[in-house]
Amino acid sequence: MRVTFPHMGNLWISLKAMLTYLGVQVIVPPPCNKQALQAGAKWAPEFACLPLKLNLGNFIQAREMGADTIVMAGGCGPCRFGYYAQVEHVILHDLGYNYQLVVMEPPEKHIGELLQRIKYITGQNSWWQVMQGIRFGFRKACLVDQLEKRAFYLRPREKRSGSTDKALQEALATVDAASNWRELEQAKHQAMQRLDEVKTVQRPVLRVALIGEIYTLLEPFANLELEKRLGEMGVEVDRSIYLSEWINDHLFLGLVRGMRSSKAFSQAAAPYLAHFVGGHGQESVGSAVYYARQGYDGAIHVLPFTCMPEIVAMGILPRVSQGTGLPVMSLIVDEHSGAAGVQTRLEAFVDLLARQKRHKGAFA
Amino acid sequence: MSVKVGIPRALLYYHYYPQWYTFFDQLQVTVVVSPPTNKHILEQGIAYCLDEACLPVKVAFGHLAQLADQVDFIFLPRLVSVFPREYICPKFLGLPEMVRHSGLPLPPLLVPAINTYRRQSDLMAAFQQLGNTLGRPDGQVRKAARLAQQVQQEYEKLLLAGWLPEQASRLLLGRQAQEQQVRLATELSPSSPPEAPEQGKGRIAIIGHPYLVYDSYLNMNLLQKLTRRQWPVAVVEQVSSTEIQKQTARLPKKIFWTLGRLLIGAGYHFLSAPHVAGLIHLSSFACGPDALIGELIASQARNCPGKPFMNIVIDEHSGEAGLLTRLEAFLDMVTIAGGRAGASA
Repeated sequence: MRVTFPHMGNLWISLKAMLTYLGVQVIVPPPCNKQALQAGAKWAPEFACLPLKLNLGNFIQAREMGADTIVMAGGCGPCRFGYYAQVEHVILHDLGYNYQLVVMEPPEKHIGELLQRIKYITGQNSWWQVMQGIRFGFRKACLVDQLEKRAFYLRPREKRSGSTDKALQEALATVDAASNWRELEQAKHQAMQRLDEVKTVQRPVLRVALIGEIYTLLEPFANLELEKRLGEMGVEVDRSIYLSEWINDHLFLGLVRGMRSSKAFSQAAAPYLAHFVGGHGQESVGSAVYYARQGYDGAIHVLPFTCMPEIVAMGILPRVSQGTGLPVMSLIVDEHSGAAGVQTRLEAFVDLLARQKRHKGAFA
Repeated sequence: MSVKVGIPRALLYYHYYPQWYTFFDQLQVTVVVSPPTNKHILEQGIAYCLDEACLPVKVAFGHLAQLADQVDFIFLPRLVSVFPREYICPKFLGLPEMVRHSGLPLPPLLVPAINTYRRQSDLMAAFQQLGNTLGRPDGQVRKAARLAQQVQQEYEKLLLAGWLPEQASRLLLGRQAQEQQVRLATELSPSSPPEAPEQGKGRIAIIGHPYLVYDSYLNMNLLQKLTRRQWPVAVVEQVSSTEIQKQTARLPKKIFWTLGRLLIGAGYHFLSAPHVAGLIHLSSFACGPDALIGELIASQARNCPGKPFMNIVIDEHSGEAGLLTRLEAFLDMVTIAGGRAGASA
């Protein structure tokens, strides 16, 4: 059994860690790229969202590398993600790719269903070992998020352009290479040290929040490297969703203390959207309110074309913007998104925020 | 002067109008329905709704605008779930807020949450809340809600027997409500009972959400176009719930959208039904659930070579000429496949 899974930013580091810790053979698809997108967009339904198309591309590429089993998350609606795995499986089957599909999701009838699926993948390992594997993967997820946050701070302040990204990639590779707890502790120090070597200069920066749909926020290929682009424009970003927080919220049900929870976002959304709408729609509205309170200069709402929950949010965000004074720009991405167009829009938005900040400063 | 409540002729109006009408009528509330969709309604919808929303949602905004200065309240339920363990679509969940924050000037909205995700009986709570908002005593509200649910059952029986939604509403609700209804095209006159849906060989099945299939302005009279060419139609509402259940049981995972489940169950049924000669999947541009549902039906249809399958996607830019061309080509294909009874070269 050679297991593969879809990409979503640096999720692969954590998933690969968990599975290899348990002795499962893993095939990580090539990072999301143009070929994956083309293959996915060719065979996926036209109005499926970008994440489905990229998933499909990942699976097609992984199959060519010898993968035979897909592990994926699922759900029970109303967001379409809950039915992705099944539709992707049908498409792959029609294309003649023979894949075994294992979906991790809330069971329909009995918890035994889910446990059985986990056992299918983890084989002879005891439940205690499985727990250790999950803990190991989660530890890496936390570490990756820490490194990314550090990079968010460094990018707009770096002395030599590109030095943060280089350091971040090396740091992530160090974390990925650690195969047991002892190595992971060493990797943590090395990775942090590597980022601390980035030389910075003190300059005023804008603070912009990236909010919206989880996949397009976490996958840099999907959002055309939004974080990097903004960093280079002198913007310090924060993301409304980090992988470790998401895992804590949805898989550990908030068991890990002291982490930010999306619950706070849902609550903050109340004056504008008091009901869940599936996916992260309500959290998107709430996170705009949250970041406005935190004194951010602006927010960029990222969503895939045809994403249902985020379209609801998009219809409400202008009112949040009016109510809180936080400028919000929506950025819809799909296989037709072009780098030049996105760059132009980002520059215009950042210019606007800078002007507004200077203006405020003058009258303060 | 009794209270006037407006119901937009959009979205799940086509599924629930008799129920909603009966409930309000029993509480001595006057019901005003917006006129059938027309160019003006569509334009107003486009003006007030965000571009990224789908056509049915945009049109719903237009219908709301129509009702704005005619009524005291507008009935805009938050349709979370109409069947246990299922949803409609995220846009239905957030529609009240999308409307409230759109800048459309409207009278107060009645927004009961219709949520039977846990159990069917929760529907009563929604009616109760609605009745209380209107200041009616509990007993009266309960009675009205019970009658409304009975009428709904009758309505679904009529649909199953082959009546189309607005015909069935007229039959059921009688003269009083009739004034609110439209005159239908003559070939769909409700004066004669419909042919039993399983009869009449060579039907064209239309698989689509009710707010597209029965809004003849949006679908450019697709149903009439077919009947005028002597092709009887079969629709999703004519497939029994037991049959839908049987067909969807073949799926590897339960479909969690009610409309999607009906579509796929009916689609699978029509693909194996001898009285159906071809299938048309009618959906709107960028419809979220249909992107996946359509793919599953299409995948199944590829294994049924004798049954032509066509996907029609409409939005506010659709032109009638394009639709006609595709329809003619499709019907030719159905004829070649031997679909029409007695048709031979």
